[in-house]
Amino acid sequence: MSQNTLEDSTSTRVDNQSIPILLIEKIGRKVQENWIWQNISFELVAGDRLAVVGPSGSGKSLLLRTLAGLDSIQSGHITFRGKALSGWNMPQFRSQVIYLHQQPALYEGTVESNLQQVYRLAVYRNRTYDRSQILDYLSSLGRSADFLNCSTEQLSGGEQQIVACLRVLQLSPQVLLLDEPTASLDSTSTRHLEALIDRWQQSESNRSCLWTSHDPVQIERVATRKLVISEATGNVDGHLSTD
Amino acid sequence: MDTYLPIDNWQLAIAASLILINICLSLGLRLGLAKRLGIAAFRMVVQLLLVGYILGWVFSLDNPLWVMLLVLTMSAIAGNASVNRTRRRFPSIYWNSLLSILAASAFVTSLLVNGIIHIDPWYDPQYVIPLLGMVLGNALTGTSLALDRFMEDLVSRRSQIESLLAMGATRWEAANETIKEALRTGMIPTINSMTVLGLVSLPGMMTGQMLAGVNPANAVRYQIVIYFTIAAGTALACIGIILLAFRVLFSPNHQLRLERLQKVEF
Repeated sequence: MSQNTLEDSTSTRVDNQSIPILLIEKIGRKVQENWIWQNISFELVAGDRLAVVGPSGSGKSLLLRTLAGLDSIQSGHITFRGKALSGWNMPQFRSQVIYLHQQPALYEGTVESNLQQVYRLAVYRNRTYDRSQILDYLSSLGRSADFLNCSTEQLSGGEQQIVACLRVLQLSPQVLLLDEPTASLDSTSTRHLEALIDRWQQSESNRSCLWTSHDPVQIERVATRKLVISEATGNVDGHLSTD
Repeated sequence: MDTYLPIDNWQLAIAASLILINICLSLGLRLGLAKRLGIAAFRMVVQLLLVGYILGWVFSLDNPLWVMLLVLTMSAIAGNASVNRTRRRFPSIYWNSLLSILAASAFVTSLLVNGIIHIDPWYDPQYVIPLLGMVLGNALTGTSLALDRFMEDLVSRRSQIESLLAMGATRWEAANETIKEALRTGMIPTINSMTVLGLVSLPGMMTGQMLAGVNPANAVRYQIVIYFTIAAGTALACIGIILLAFRVLFSPNHQLRLERLQKVEF
């Protein structure tokens, strides 16, 4: 893969606070001596809705994984709430900046047991599973409480995506990194899930999210800013056009 | 113990001719195994005669340094064989395997010979070498199964492990199930053979002692003691190799590092 550059083609910008939640400075990702992308810089501020767009294979998922600390960067810096990523306790950081995989990975058992299981992690030891909140989420998705008793093996791909999304929404993170969260959903369920994510974001002013999607119409709906990862044209270092 | 009958070269040759039965069968039924049978038989004879001479020589030297060298060599071979039965590799896998097998086996064997049997001198090869050999053999089987299971599971359960990590699990929390499953897999052969020991199979050491004229009641006591040692050694070696592999395949900042795994083509 050749060099990629990033352009920040901002249309409008929601600016509540001057200090960015996530500050990304000239980061680059190398896989086996090849740069997937480099010199990516942007800021994520409170209330931001950012879409990462680019052709397949341009490394959109890789960028989201990297922001969640699941992969390491080979150049540049990531700062979260004024502190370098390396200075954060990683589980603590990831409980606030959650990456939602494109492929949902659920355990055997019921939907509800999957939602409860995450509270066993040490980082959530002071929190407990809130069934009424989940029921509230479910009703806005047009689903009843029976859904909680479904066995995960019987769910469709789209339903599994919904469960995986609920599982992270209930943890009330500050930043959500959404990797094609509606890829296997029909248009009605897609709208429902978008509305739910919007509700999560509206309920606190400092919440922000990053989306990837293959659907440009969806991008227009859910995002107010766009990061474009595109193939560099002979420009080795890539460049950033600021907003 | 005056009932022990040594075997001379002629008797060995007569026994070796039994391989002709296999070769005739293979030729008659066109199994295509004649050549491989011949090679296997030849290797077995040469390896065992060689080992017999080396052991006889080391036993006669009565020098702890040579015994320790033999211990190291046997462990190195076991460590190497354990890795070679797995389907994937990571950079330090051979060293990690050697380290865990050597440390676990040396620890339980020295506990056995010096803490329980009380041999004199402490390195008496007549005891140390065969007992260590049995512990190593079982540790080898256990670690290769555990390691193979661990690496395969990390690959097949990658998305589950990574989604746990993404939600804030520590690397230990994310790997916990996989580690437990690997240790279980490594211990199963030992547990299975303990269960049927004496009923289905008469263990080699016990048989050997009885052939050498030891009264079966005493031979059985040795076998019980060695089996507890084997079980402890296998468990320690499995835990050792899995924890070392865990440290390589999960980084301190809680990332799964599957790019460090290389698949081996057989």
